Amino acid sequence: MATQTPTAIEIERTREPNGNAAVEAALNRRYEAGFVTDIESESLPPGLDEGVVRAISARKNEPEWMTEWRLAAFRHWLTMTPPHWAKLEIDPIDFQAISYFSQPKNRPKSLDEVDPKLLETYDKLGVPLHERARLAGVAVDAVFDSVSVGTTFRKELAAAGVIFCSISEAVREHPELVRKYLGSVVPTGDNYFAALNSAVFSDGSFVFVPRGVRCPMELSTYFRINARDTGQFERTLLIAEEGASVSYLEGCTAPMRDENQLHAAVVELVALDDASIKYSTVQNWYPGDENGVGGIYNFVTKRGDCRGARSKISWTQVETGSAITWKYPSCVLRGDDSVGEFNSVALTHHRQQADTGTKMIHIGRNTKSKIVSKGISAGRGQNTYRGLVKVEKGADGARNHTQCDSLLIGKKCGAHTFPYIEVKNPGAIVEHEATTSKISEDQLFYCRSRGIGEEDAVSMIVDGFCKQVFKELPMEFAVEAKKLLEVSLEGAVG
Amino acid sequence: MLKIDDLHVRVAGKEILKGLSLEVAAGEVHAIMGPNGAGKSTLGNVLAGREGYEVTAGTIEYRGRDLLALEPEERAAEGVFLAFQYPVEIPGVNNTYFLRAALNAQRRHRGEPELDSMQFLKKVREKLAVLHLKDELLHRAVNEGFSGGEKKRNEIFQLALLEPRLAILDETDSGLDIDALRMVADGVNAMRDPGRAFLVVTHYQRLLEYIVPDVVHVLADGRIVESGDKSLALKLEEHGYAWIAGRHAPAPEGAGAAG
Repeated sequence: MATQTPTAIEIERTREPNGNAAVEAALNRRYEAGFVTDIESESLPPGLDEGVVRAISARKNEPEWMTEWRLAAFRHWLTMTPPHWAKLEIDPIDFQAISYFSQPKNRPKSLDEVDPKLLETYDKLGVPLHERARLAGVAVDAVFDSVSVGTTFRKELAAAGVIFCSISEAVREHPELVRKYLGSVVPTGDNYFAALNSAVFSDGSFVFVPRGVRCPMELSTYFRINARDTGQFERTLLIAEEGASVSYLEGCTAPMRDENQLHAAVVELVALDDASIKYSTVQNWYPGDENGVGGIYNFVTKRGDCRGARSKISWTQVETGSAITWKYPSCVLRGDDSVGEFNSVALTHHRQQADTGTKMIHIGRNTKSKIVSKGISAGRGQNTYRGLVKVEKGADGARNHTQCDSLLIGKKCGAHTFPYIEVKNPGAIVEHEATTSKISEDQLFYCRSRGIGEEDAVSMIVDGFCKQVFKELPMEFAVEAKKLLEVSLEGAVG
Repeated sequence: MLKIDDLHVRVAGKEILKGLSLEVAAGEVHAIMGPNGAGKSTLGNVLAGREGYEVTAGTIEYRGRDLLALEPEERAAEGVFLAFQYPVEIPGVNNTYFLRAALNAQRRHRGEPELDSMQFLKKVREKLAVLHLKDELLHRAVNEGFSGGEKKRNEIFQLALLEPRLAILDETDSGLDIDALRMVADGVNAMRDPGRAFLVVTHYQRLLEYIVPDVVHVLADGRIVESGDKSLALKLEEHGYAWIAGRHAPAPEGAGAAG
């Protein structure tokens, strides 16, 4: 039994970590009352129980069904334990020490108060000035007005029938769609972190592309209104109806500083007959310092459901940030002739650890999947590819090709590969190729002897290694991903 | 242009060069010949600044500067070029991109304006024509999947494009058929210039029929043991390296016609 003494505006609360139902129920009322003041401060005190879940739901003016959905997820979460199978060294996370609804109170008031190192990085990435302030978390609403930008896009999208808004808004404005699809790809009890996310998700994106519509522009969180303060528990739901197609870009390409430790997002994609979804991510959360102090624990569940025949879902990710990355964007190839793709670059430097890969579940006939994974380890970074290719009994004609390459820079890093293959259909063709290489002294010397400096040489070699994945990214993203790798690899040699 | 004095070099704890002295003047072509293990490749690597080659004594002066004080990329920008005996593959890195990055890095270092894509491409086309190379070479990754001959030709193409002052050719002739050899030689000969010097490291006299040297040096056991004009190469061809070893000639200090 833990007792906390919150600040004056917060009502004193008692927490029962084991979730004793009677105590919880008694406390819930007090929480609801307590939340009113919390709205003003825009943050909840650390801790997690049903009261907090209700409070978040209330804060967002959610309908009853949504609150109940969250609560069911929360109750399920209480019965679960964190996964330990990943090749990650993680100190136990105290889930009661985290605030589940926080908008930083002490935001820097101007760029002068922001860590100069961070600004230097923005500078290298060529992030526009007003964007820098936003990314650094400076309260610049008056300066940076995204509303007008967002509105322009919105009109064009609305004309095409595309819905693109925050998930909170969708819960209120399009409840029938959200109810139909939310949790249909990643059920609330899917895994520990997905359950947690389902209970406490703060915001995220909602995309609905109706039948036969080709989304007229690339959608990106970058352009979305209200995207500024998406919390560390984002929930994204993207639906492409029959024959629809959409390309979605997630995550800002510039480094986001986040003081919070835990980030547990869920992304669900649904592709109906002949629909295609391309989902690209450039993840660059704060990776911690050279000694592994700080940094984000990134536990993300991303899954796409190729529900319809001939549907296609393609994941492309460039993961350079986070202290810990635990992420397996997957495709459930349910529809006949559906196609799943996973293209990934994951970089670990200093003390970063990544355990990432994909799952391709072949259920429908003639389903095809392609996996290209490029892992780069530098410093003392540990990089693990973990992938599952599963071919169910009825998946006649299923095919998979996996290519898994690791690049090592220096002598203290590690690369690991765990490909799991489960085939229940004798006609399936599953291929796996793997390579591990080092940036050789020969390559470096060759570049340098032609006049190219050491760091430029390293980024050139790494860029070449990643080319296959980068070409899957939209052009501007590819350029920035490349720059990001350069910045992330600084000091990796010599 | 280049003055090497009493150079001693260790590689992995073993002394390979044992007091090598050599002078090369601008406009000259010097050939370095010698048996396996004499230290020929070591000389090229030391000049280009490869790590792991420890200079324990001696000096290298290049255009009045201490070459050993410069990083490999600085040497390149100052005009030193090594055509590799075994050119290195860099998968996924486009050859054109690589060359432009190299040329512009050198130009930046020298305070010259960088070339934009159009200017660069124009230059590339000129050089390709001179060397009779196909465009296709440009679109491939650096040396990736190149045949031995293609790799060597790519080295000469780089040489032509980067226009160095001192070019060291490390056994560029090895593994080349006669046509490729002639092409490489033509490329080098086209680059001969009063302001440029060549150091041609080779096993065989064959290459020197096409690239006619001003001076031939024999490198044996880490020293220059004999220097002479091109006829020396023919003598070597006739008698073999044992002939030199048998003569036990002391290394003439500061050998070479340039003096």
